[in-house]
Amino acid sequence: MLVIKDLYAKVEGKDILKGINLTVNAGEVHAIMGPNGSGKSTLANVLAGNTNFEVTHGSITFNGKDIFEMSPDVRAKEGLFLSFQYPVEIPGVSMVNFLKTAVNEHRKYRNEKELSAGDFLKLMREKKAMVQIDSQLTNRSVNEGFSGGEKKKNEIFQMAMLEPTLAILDETDSGLDIDALRIVSNGVNLLKNKNNATILVTHYQRLLDYIVPDFVHVLYEGRIVKSAGKELAFELEEKGYDWIKKELGE
Amino acid sequence: MAEVLEKITAVRRISELYAANLAGITEGLPSWVNQARKPAFVAFQRMGIPGFRTENYKYTDLTRLFDNENFRRSFTPDDFEVDLSEVFNCDVPEFDTHLILVVNGWYDDASNKNTQYPEGVIVKSLRKAMVENTDLVEKYYGKLANVQEDPLIAMNTLFAQDGVFIYIPDNLHIEKPLQLINVLRSEDDLYATQRNLIIAGKNSQVKLMFCDHTLVPQQFINNNLTEFEMGEDSVIDIYSIQNQHNKTASLTGLYIHQERGSQLVTSAITLHGGIIRNNLKVLLDGEHASANICGLALSDKNQHVDNYTNIEHIKPNCHSNQLYKNILDDSSTGGFTGRIHVLPHATKTAAYQRNNNVLLTNAAKMNTKPQLVIDNDDVKCSHGATVGRINDEALFYLQARGINEKEARLMLMFAFAHEVLAEVKIEKLRDVIDKLVNKRLRGEVSKCHSCALDCIR
Repeated sequence: MLVIKDLYAKVEGKDILKGINLTVNAGEVHAIMGPNGSGKSTLANVLAGNTNFEVTHGSITFNGKDIFEMSPDVRAKEGLFLSFQYPVEIPGVSMVNFLKTAVNEHRKYRNEKELSAGDFLKLMREKKAMVQIDSQLTNRSVNEGFSGGEKKKNEIFQMAMLEPTLAILDETDSGLDIDALRIVSNGVNLLKNKNNATILVTHYQRLLDYIVPDFVHVLYEGRIVKSAGKELAFELEEKGYDWIKKELGE
Repeated sequence: MAEVLEKITAVRRISELYAANLAGITEGLPSWVNQARKPAFVAFQRMGIPGFRTENYKYTDLTRLFDNENFRRSFTPDDFEVDLSEVFNCDVPEFDTHLILVVNGWYDDASNKNTQYPEGVIVKSLRKAMVENTDLVEKYYGKLANVQEDPLIAMNTLFAQDGVFIYIPDNLHIEKPLQLINVLRSEDDLYATQRNLIIAGKNSQVKLMFCDHTLVPQQFINNNLTEFEMGEDSVIDIYSIQNQHNKTASLTGLYIHQERGSQLVTSAITLHGGIIRNNLKVLLDGEHASANICGLALSDKNQHVDNYTNIEHIKPNCHSNQLYKNILDDSSTGGFTGRIHVLPHATKTAAYQRNNNVLLTNAAKMNTKPQLVIDNDDVKCSHGATVGRINDEALFYLQARGINEKEARLMLMFAFAHEVLAEVKIEKLRDVIDKLVNKRLRGEVSKCHSCALDCIR
């Protein structure tokens, strides 16, 4: 589904990613862990097409297509979804209008008929229940005045509405209390099936108690330095990132 | 030096035009109206055409406009057969108004005669009212618009012959909005002067819409001045929609006096026009009066839109709130000056002001200036101004959800504009303006020679 080959990327002139290789297949859950500044969020943003991040080398294909040929909205419509680490507040754009536009843009891309107002509201009700988001929130402007936890829940709600084939969750667990973490994880697990894949970008092992990964990768100084099964996360939690540094001989 | 010489020329040309047509201008009007022209003439000589050197006009230089015009003046009503139903037909469902038509500054008797108003309401030609309702008109005429303060007031008073007079008696609530449609229509380039006087009695309520339109592609200058007296506890909404073609200079003045407990809402929506200067002065002259003042201007090409507000807090416990927004595209320019003056006795004043602007290109330019004069310690005042671009983070967020860049930009611009539109309290009108602004942002209301409200049918 997703194949990243020898990816290098810069932010504000500084090299962040220095040769990433990663393959994600349908039905898999990958966790990308690593210390602060290792390039986790850069990778997530490069995948989504944020132009603040400049790719200098390498390739990424998504379902066989070159991702660099696609604008961010086309990537989304091809099935790629980024749950933002810091969701933006957009005053004046109502949640309903925003989601309706987004859902219908996806449908148009697939040559499907746009949803009627009634069908859209029905879909929204159904998905709201799934991620247990407060009804009031969807009557407001996008993320405006939402608490940290509400913003993250809203990301998962949007994910439920758009049903992506590849979801990249960038530090979705940060700023969540245990209850919110459980609800968010539950949403992600409900959305998981054999045809889609998830990349969890996270700092802590905590999230992985709720969403169990098939693979854990450690990102350090712009490269994946270690990959293993879910047991790697526990080892990291126990020994800390210094252990990796030592292993690398630093 | 050349500029100085030209300036003298424009003032002289206009003065000579006045002298040559004096008999026609003054004909049929009471002596107190014509007497008011004398100080206006002296003030005009003193102040001249406002330009960069005039502090209050530093963002809108009118010298070039006046140097280059030698337009026909509408000293007499033009003899057009204007069929209201044909030209406007604003038949938005259930959007029902009392229509008042003004053509080239003149009250259009023929189209307006059949309108039925609630008992006691007077709507008529101002020149007629000067003769027939002298007691009402003489008391207020020229009292709020002081010729010494502004050259455009002086010019308007100098050439004033007609416009609209509206009187709402005490305690009357008019349900149906009054829609004043100012039409510019001429076979040659035209300079039109319009003078309005509106008196709202104690505890009266009315909603007014001012719609400015051009019906033909000729060049126009329109000096349109309104004096508005708001009685105690009156509740007045004034919505103006400016949609004239880009060869029009629209110079408007709205001078409002508020008595105790009166509540004002004004919203100026500028969709199109060449040079637009809106002067707004509000005197909060009775305790617990409130004024909620908004403006939204969407400009592109070489348009220029300048809003100048002057809010005077004279009595204690009054509240004013200003919100102006501009979205500027291409090489358009904009100005906002918000003056708040809190007088020494106006304790417990609350006065707020905000001006937010979005520039869509590098060539677009916005000047913004708050001017707060506070002669009192017991006040709450705030002001804020921003000039920025479309928020890239928000843009990326929308794109990351599958919305293409063009649509995402439109959503963000519309969201920015909507805060002003939300202040429009006539729900049907708000819906209509919402759609109009949306269309305008999409560039679909580009050459509207007819009624803007008509475009959305």
